[in-house]
Amino acid sequence: MQSSKPREAYLNSLIERAVGGDRAALGKLLTVLERPSRDSGIVLRTLVKKSGRAHVVGVTGIPGSGKSTLISKLISVYRSWGLRVGVLAVDPTSPLSRGALMADRLRMQRHATDPNVFIRSIASKGFRGGLSLAALAMIEALDAAGYDKIIVETVGVGQAEVDIMHAAHTIVVVTMPGAGDDIQALKAGVMEIGDIYVVNKSDKPEADQLLEFINFALETGEIGSGEKWRPLVVKTSAIMGTGVEELAKVIEKHLEHLVRTGRFEEKVESRRLMLARLFALRIVEEKVEKIIEAHKREVSRILGESDDPYTVLEALIEKGLREL
Amino acid sequence: MSNYKVLVSKLGLDGHDRGAKVVARALKDAGFDVIYTGIRQTPEQVVEAAIQEDVDVIGVSILSGAHIHHVSRLMKLLRERGLNVPVVVGGTIPIPDVPRLKQMGVREVFLPGSSLKEIINVVRRLAEEKRRAEQQA
Ligand SMILES: Nc1nc2c(ncn2[C@@H]2O[C@H](COP(=O)(O)OP(=O)(O)OP(=O)(O)O)[C@@H](O)[C@H]2O)c(=O)[nH]1
Ligand SMILES: [Mg+2]
Repeated sequence: MQSSKPREAYLNSLIERAVGGDRAALGKLLTVLERPSRDSGIVLRTLVKKSGRAHVVGVTGIPGSGKSTLISKLISVYRSWGLRVGVLAVDPTSPLSRGALMADRLRMQRHATDPNVFIRSIASKGFRGGLSLAALAMIEALDAAGYDKIIVETVGVGQAEVDIMHAAHTIVVVTMPGAGDDIQALKAGVMEIGDIYVVNKSDKPEADQLLEFINFALETGEIGSGEKWRPLVVKTSAIMGTGVEELAKVIEKHLEHLVRTGRFEEKVESRRLMLARLFALRIVEEKVEKIIEAHKREVSRILGESDDPYTVLEALIEKGLREL
Repeated sequence: MSNYKVLVSKLGLDGHDRGAKVVARALKDAGFDVIYTGIRQTPEQVVEAAIQEDVDVIGVSILSGAHIHHVSRLMKLLRERGLNVPVVVGGTIPIPDVPRLKQMGVREVFLPGSSLKEIINVVRRLAEEKRRAEQQA
């Protein structure tokens, strides 16, 4: 299906309005980007000419550690600095349930009416392997729309979540006391490649113990981003609001480091490479699914009846691609 | 096609959200993507959340008795922003007020005792309608 001229004109006006500050248009634009299609490709083509300025901050960590509450407080700090903030909250609902109940926004809802804050929830499924593609595309949109900070919340486990975190300039890993302070807990998913570690809920006892433990793990090199940057640890209480301004300053330090070393632009580039790569993979996947659907009976017998299933499947796909 | 998206909000000052949570949960189980904003929401917050999340349906629950005031403000804001999202209301609404709410543009009112099945069916029908209208536009 070719994108028609009127459709393209509509998409262009949507972009123009979104970039010009029309929030309803931005909301619709993000919906277009939820799925890879000719439409989203056309939109991205225009967006990447306008994006590349925003600082993308990934916030990840164990479920319930206070990520959303902390982000809400971070937004307040950024707003007091005069910055515009976009948030993408990836919901952790089980992939087994059909629908999603997304409650990250609940903790940030006080910012809903601030014209310089834009919060969008993303269900972690229903994208057919395209969760990271959707999130990465949405980063480009918020960036192009002039948000200075784009905060992406995920639980950080699962391939898609890891991909998303790799697209961030700065990875903030949120932990809390009492949630198993052993090395393994800190090595799940992207937890081990944090640029900044946060011990949240420091209003609780055992926070200092966890802090000490993380410092130890960093010193021994068990965790850490592997970049020329020594990860920093910050103690916060998102509920009391303590340590949040310090966290914001530490995030700025990391940003300065990225800019100084040229890593900032490099990360934008690698984020776009990943976006294009995921887009391409999705295109191939759709085609392969079509081919298999058309040769279902043949394919179901290949494993049992063929001497060389790999080569037979490969030939089938290649032939199918030529014929599509 | 992606799941239908519904915003579930508790308008007004009282802090009881058990009913809203039960409905949110049921909609999720029925395959909707539900965005839950929690209690003590203003009409402004509801409209802004609906815009940012680009939802297909707005569901508000009201128990405080100020439903006429809140809902008329909500509907006015939606009109001002040019938003065509169907609104359903649930809660302790006196029966004589139901026609008034519908006159304001509320698509359906669920009184105490409405079944979850009924709510799910109506929300699905409204979401379908909205997506269809959007495709034609
Ligand atoms: N004591 C204490 N509780 C906190 C703090 N920050 C958050 N909480 C509470 O921890 C719970 C989870 O907070 P969220 O902000 O939803 O945590 P989250 O990491 O975003 O949770 P998921 O997105 O579900 O993984 C809530 O009940 C918060 O009120 C804190 O600094 N101290
Ligand atoms: Mg959260």
